[in-house]
Amino acid sequence: MTRVNLALLILIACVASLPLFGGAYALRVGTIACMYAVFALSWNIVGGFAGYPSFATAAFFGFGAYATGILLNKGVPLSVAVIGSLVMCFLLAAALGTVLLRLRGHYFAIASLSLVEVFREMVNNATDLTGGGMGLNIPLASGSGILADATFFFYAMWALLLIAAVVVMIVSASKLGFGLNCIRQNETASNMVGLNSTLYKSVAFGLSACFVGAAGGIYAAWVHYIDPSDVFDILHSVKPIVMALMGGLGSPLGVVCGAFVYLGLEEVVWRNYIQIHSGVLGLLIIMLLLFLPHGLISLRSGMFWRKAKHV
Amino acid sequence: MSEILHLSNISRHFSGLQALRDVTISLNKGEVLGLIGPNGAGKTTLVNTICGVTPASSGVVTFDGKDITRVKTYQAARLGLSRTFQIVQPFAEYTALDNVAAAALFSQPGESLKSAREEARAHLAFVGLDAQANQFAATLTLAMRKRLELAKALAMKPKLLFLDEVNAGLNSAEVERATKLIHQLAAGGITIVMIEHLMKVVLNVCTRIAVLHNGQLIADGQPRDVIKNPAVVDAYLGQQYAQRNAARG
Repeated sequence: MTRVNLALLILIACVASLPLFGGAYALRVGTIACMYAVFALSWNIVGGFAGYPSFATAAFFGFGAYATGILLNKGVPLSVAVIGSLVMCFLLAAALGTVLLRLRGHYFAIASLSLVEVFREMVNNATDLTGGGMGLNIPLASGSGILADATFFFYAMWALLLIAAVVVMIVSASKLGFGLNCIRQNETASNMVGLNSTLYKSVAFGLSACFVGAAGGIYAAWVHYIDPSDVFDILHSVKPIVMALMGGLGSPLGVVCGAFVYLGLEEVVWRNYIQIHSGVLGLLIIMLLLFLPHGLISLRSGMFWRKAKHV
Repeated sequence: MSEILHLSNISRHFSGLQALRDVTISLNKGEVLGLIGPNGAGKTTLVNTICGVTPASSGVVTFDGKDITRVKTYQAARLGLSRTFQIVQPFAEYTALDNVAAAALFSQPGESLKSAREEARAHLAFVGLDAQANQFAATLTLAMRKRLELAKALAMKPKLLFLDEVNAGLNSAEVERATKLIHQLAAGGITIVMIEHLMKVVLNVCTRIAVLHNGQLIADGQPRDVIKNPAVVDAYLGQQYAQRNAARG
């Protein structure tokens, strides 16, 4: 195991100790932190490794949320519903990927963006199944008290983050990860050396969708009520990209750090600049990207005093 | 000698532009075919058609007894067709070693990353890049990148190797070195099709020459005969070359 991977596992382990320190608010923030980290890690598979800038995160988040919500309403246990959503998202994304990933660059970005709108409209119109624009109520899971519920969903999301991180580590060290990096660097040459790029990209797209879908499922069970404008929010697609860019494109440790820092900024800014929080957050992100183009992961402890040598 | 590649009536058009017209040619195992012709004659298109990059509009490509007219690029690669690019196509962020390892890894079924890297070392040594194994491909000189292309192509264990202008942009010492490598490959029994503008290299290496002009095959035969063929002189070599050649005997 490389040092970076070890650092990522330690970071995730530290997050697990959060319930020892805080109340319901800390748990809420912690759950969202894990969710964001899952988004960023997932986006990194297709955006960071394969180099395909996907805006489809919201589509699969919404799909997973609705799939789980509907299954829960039919009396399926939560764990089965979430795993079901995960599998469905993988298959759906892999199938869609074989078509969408023929497009490159901006064209792929727009096509993946349209996926969000298509899914949203489908959910809006399938009123019998999803409740349409009225949203979907989801039965309470346990009802064993607010704090116990919050702790349960925090650990559910945390476990998902751990699984996603381990899978991403395995992928990045495997033939699949090696191939995805080849595709990012030169897709023509990849095909020419015998790499089935359509298959690799589709698997990558499936992997990038399945954990997001599972996160959507846990989210739905956690908030008990979902509606299309909430789960198919385009911000769910944009945020992971910002996190990945902030943390360091392609690096699992980087994007998880990016997710945590992004959430920290979001919370602090929101609390202090309630009127203009989007503006301030945007400004901060631009500053970070301008002065740290390779993300937080490019920060090295030596960076600050190295300059002094030449004085 | 047994036939390894057969093209029958290959045509390819890009909307209005007829890049290849009714090209029929056959290639035996162990041959080194020089594919020459003026710029835009369709040489690279012909290679792309065989490798599945731009499938033929009509006609049939048979490789090793199998119809490969419609196979995808990666399938062609796994069948043993490999090529170098005229404009080098390295994985820029990978080291030279990983570039070659990628070729070994994806073209051979059941290869692992570790064994692919080991194999890659041998191929790098063969083309004389062992000292640059851990250097990023983006930092290599053009001559080195051309040799890296060759190492990548060899790592795929080709039955048929296409060399698309491996000598373009190289100085004479580098050309000599590359020519030596091609000789070694040919001696090793790989069937080679090389697109080349340097006639010196073509005549030095090739056992047979085919000439394309405006997408048509205008000559195919022994090097000695082809370079005297008036149609080839007119279309590509030029009178000066023919006279110089005649003077030299």
